[in-house]
Amino acid sequence: MTTAQAEASTLTEPKTTTTVTGSVALLEGLIAEGTDTIFGYPGGAIMPIYDALYDYKEKLSHILVRHEQGGIHAGQGYARSSGKVGVVFATSGPGATNLVTGLADAQIDSTPLVCITGQVFAHLLGTDAFQETDVINITTPVTKWNYQVTDATEIPAVLAKAFYIARSGRPGPVLIDITKNAQLQLFEYEGYVPCEHIRSYRPKPIIRKEYIEQAAALINTAKKPFILFGQGVLLGEAEKEFKAFVEKSGIPAAWTILGAGAIPTDHPLNVGMLGMHGNYGPNVQTNACDVLIAIGMRFDDRVTGRLDKYAKQAKVIHLDIDPAEIDKNVKADVPVWGDCKETLPLLTALVEEKTYPEWLAEFRAFDKEEHDTVIQKELNPGTGEMTMGEVVNKLNELTHGNAIIVTDVGQHQMVACRYAKFNNTRSNVTSGGLGTMGFGLPAAIGAKFGAQDKTVVAIIGDGGFQMTLQELGTIMQTGIDVKIMILNNRFLGMVRQWQQLFHEKRYSFVDITSPDFVKLAESYYIAGKKISEREELISALEEMLNHKGSYLLEVMVAKEHNVFPMVPQGSSVSEIRLK
Amino acid sequence: MSSSNELELNGKQEFTITVYTENRIGILNRIAIIFSRRKINIESLNTSPSEIEHIHRFNILIHETEEVVRKLARQIEKQVEVLKVYYNTNEDIIWQEMALYKVPTDTIAEKVSVERLLREFGARAVVIRKDYTVFEATGHREETDKLIEVLQPYGLIEFVRSARVAIIKDSDGFNRKLREFERRDPGEEVIENEFLDKEKNVFSM
Repeated sequence: MTTAQAEASTLTEPKTTTTVTGSVALLEGLIAEGTDTIFGYPGGAIMPIYDALYDYKEKLSHILVRHEQGGIHAGQGYARSSGKVGVVFATSGPGATNLVTGLADAQIDSTPLVCITGQVFAHLLGTDAFQETDVINITTPVTKWNYQVTDATEIPAVLAKAFYIARSGRPGPVLIDITKNAQLQLFEYEGYVPCEHIRSYRPKPIIRKEYIEQAAALINTAKKPFILFGQGVLLGEAEKEFKAFVEKSGIPAAWTILGAGAIPTDHPLNVGMLGMHGNYGPNVQTNACDVLIAIGMRFDDRVTGRLDKYAKQAKVIHLDIDPAEIDKNVKADVPVWGDCKETLPLLTALVEEKTYPEWLAEFRAFDKEEHDTVIQKELNPGTGEMTMGEVVNKLNELTHGNAIIVTDVGQHQMVACRYAKFNNTRSNVTSGGLGTMGFGLPAAIGAKFGAQDKTVVAIIGDGGFQMTLQELGTIMQTGIDVKIMILNNRFLGMVRQWQQLFHEKRYSFVDITSPDFVKLAESYYIAGKKISEREELISALEEMLNHKGSYLLEVMVAKEHNVFPMVPQGSSVSEIRLK
Repeated sequence: MSSSNELELNGKQEFTITVYTENRIGILNRIAIIFSRRKINIESLNTSPSEIEHIHRFNILIHETEEVVRKLARQIEKQVEVLKVYYNTNEDIIWQEMALYKVPTDTIAEKVSVERLLREFGARAVVIRKDYTVFEATGHREETDKLIEVLQPYGLIEFVRSARVAIIKDSDGFNRKLREFERRDPGEEVIENEFLDKEKNVFSM
């Protein structure tokens, strides 16, 4: 233990000051906020922080990623699986710009992150210094808040503010850019005081009782009520409150892909997935229900399809913590402002205990139709090439729905979301709003660090895997146990599907070749196997899951297979196609 | 006043958005990109300290439908360092723009009835030098435009106009609430006051 660290560690007593560097103050602050893991990559402008980190190896585990984009996606995966704030370090210039995709992803998917970037010396700002970039202005549109520190004395309070903003209200990514002089500067450190209040910032709107009452009155007189739930339930840690509401009200509930797992997949009132590739019933019934209760979701265009034909017959109740989401896409008849952890119990208390057997039977009828037309063939094709659905289904049988499933973006993502079984909350880690290819592998690494007792399976396409495969190096070096399942259809499948359906099969640059993924994994000392025969599937999955440590399983699947059902772009949800 | 014929076919009209913010670096950018992201032009923008230390007031003028303006206002209010946002049509506000006109003194003195000019446009001479004179006029866009027209033939040298500043007609108690808020929940720079750390308020009006 160095002197600096020894001194800094005794800083719990307020008002006893110690002379420390800005870097040490930063690390002390992170520890005070409960940070245990940092995903990062060093470089010139962040070297003082890394130098300080050398003495904090015991308290802060730093994961050296292979690219800053991998670092931030890992931070997102960590935050999503653990519910904690993900922490990411990067240097100035290219280090910082490599964070942008992850910031945009975290911003649109409301993922709490605190990113620390190094910056050139304050006196060099604006001089086009080596590795200088205007990271504050580049990241403003993709952060909930950002701030440039040029003086070490600001660090404790700014860090406290950053954590408070990142995790409170509707969570989101925050970036602090620290100039090198501030990292090096010695100052009188008075200890860390967490932030609990910012006078211009209201994380949660004030709950309005009259709206709760109006919502309950609508629900109690409804004949065909329908619940849509999103990630807000997870972010608000309101799974219990949500389950209580669903079970007392007896209302069928469908999920957005980020809401998956808020109640278990096989809960009797869970009627499935919404959206473009969601289930048949929930999409059709959106335009048949009389009261639509949206909870912690934001009516993304991939969920609503054509807005002017979306749930026009229904009264809409919208529960959301972010007032800007109310009436943004779908006009709410009753806006229930607030944190759903607080509003749901108030609503549950006022709704009558009911069941809707006939209404629910309608959903089941649609389920049967979808099962007979799509699901049966997808999960049990019997002969021919393997389908993505059957692979995911067999995985379910082995994990029993207890694994964390991390996906990349594309066909395999939609298939995984549709067919993976989730018994637990925070089990589906996927890039929802931004649709970031390359998210899967690094996010899976982060998800495993955030939930080490869980099995983490990354389901990734052959295209997306090649975007961030350098993170195999991170797996190699850390020895983290991530199961990687590449569903290889030798195509950029989702784009190919659209080209087939809407562009007369003009397959423009979707034919992608791949390296030998198993050999690639082997070169990183990661065990692996490639299969293309159905007979090998179960034993290969077993081998992957039972293997001690990371494992890469490449499954060759049908080349030209489409994800159905599908709401074509520009169509109404009730015009969903089964083929 | 042109408010009566402003509601054009597309439902767009002038809206004045009033924003109270913390006085922080970067907040201007955070607000500006909310408009530019949606390809909305800011017609006029004024930002300056409010009557309360550390709190700034923006006046932003845009041409849009009310539905869009309502969404914009919520997006602006969502920013961490924004205290409060209002939006108003021209009927709801009293507004002014200030303009300065620089003209050659000799021509003006020779050819124009300066007195009449000043009276007619409510203008005043700010500086009179041997080589040039600067007039100031305050009013609506049409009024200050008119004076350009009048002065143009006489060798207008330079012209500048400020952004719109607007007072909201229905703003009873704004000042009182702001002052009270600052006292109960002072800015970070305030070292001491009677309420410091006694209340944890979030600004509301």
